Amino acid sequence: MFVLASIALFIAMILVLVRLFTGPTLYDRVLAVNSFGTHTVLFIGVLGFLSGRPDFLDIALLYALINFVGTIAILKFFRYRAIGDVRRETSKTES
Amino acid sequence: MMETLVNILSWILIVSGSFFAIIGAIGTLRFPDFWSRLHAASISDSAGVILLLLGMMLQAGPGLIAVKLLIILIFLFITGPTSTHAVANAALVSGLRPRQLPSAKPGTDAEPAPDDENQQKQGDAS
Repeated sequence: MFVLASIALFIAMILVLVRLFTGPTLYDRVLAVNSFGTHTVLFIGVLGFLSGRPDFLDIALLYALINFVGTIAILKFFRYRAIGDVRRETSKTES
Repeated sequence: MMETLVNILSWILIVSGSFFAIIGAIGTLRFPDFWSRLHAASISDSAGVILLLLGMMLQAGPGLIAVKLLIILIFLFITGPTSTHAVANAALVSGLRPRQLPSAKPGTDAEPAPDDENQQKQGDAS
């Protein structure tokens, strides 16, 4: 059953990767990166069960954390063109 | 008997989770619009994650591995909709609009300079 799940997740990752490379706008790409990261977390977990070493779950948890922070950082960078100190007039338009 | 039941249940959960993951990926690839792609991506973010991780938890049995899987499940359950909302909010602020119906004439109702009006409404509401 884990073989089936890993094959399905692999196909899903390839499909999301195609959307990541052909996405017309930036937000399509960000969405595809986020979805690809979620699939990767699941894939690492399934792969750990498949090889009989569930220690890979720590790596999956770390990947989930990095994925979330990375998505937010990409969005913030492309909105404000800066990651660290955002003090501009554009912060007023945020509701 | 009990092991067979747990195996059957985790088989069902993992197969349906794989199904939802691949359905979400196909929708992300095939849908015509960014705003409809959001729906497809959030299917594999919520349904696929919950079903696959529950199936893996049943397969692992009680112990540290199940606790780690539960932590991953809770974390993805919180951050998936949060990042989807962040992407949608950033796209809306940047001026991306949903596709109009062919009957809706451009410039009449749906989007007469939607940026100013929407932002004023948001400012009033908040």
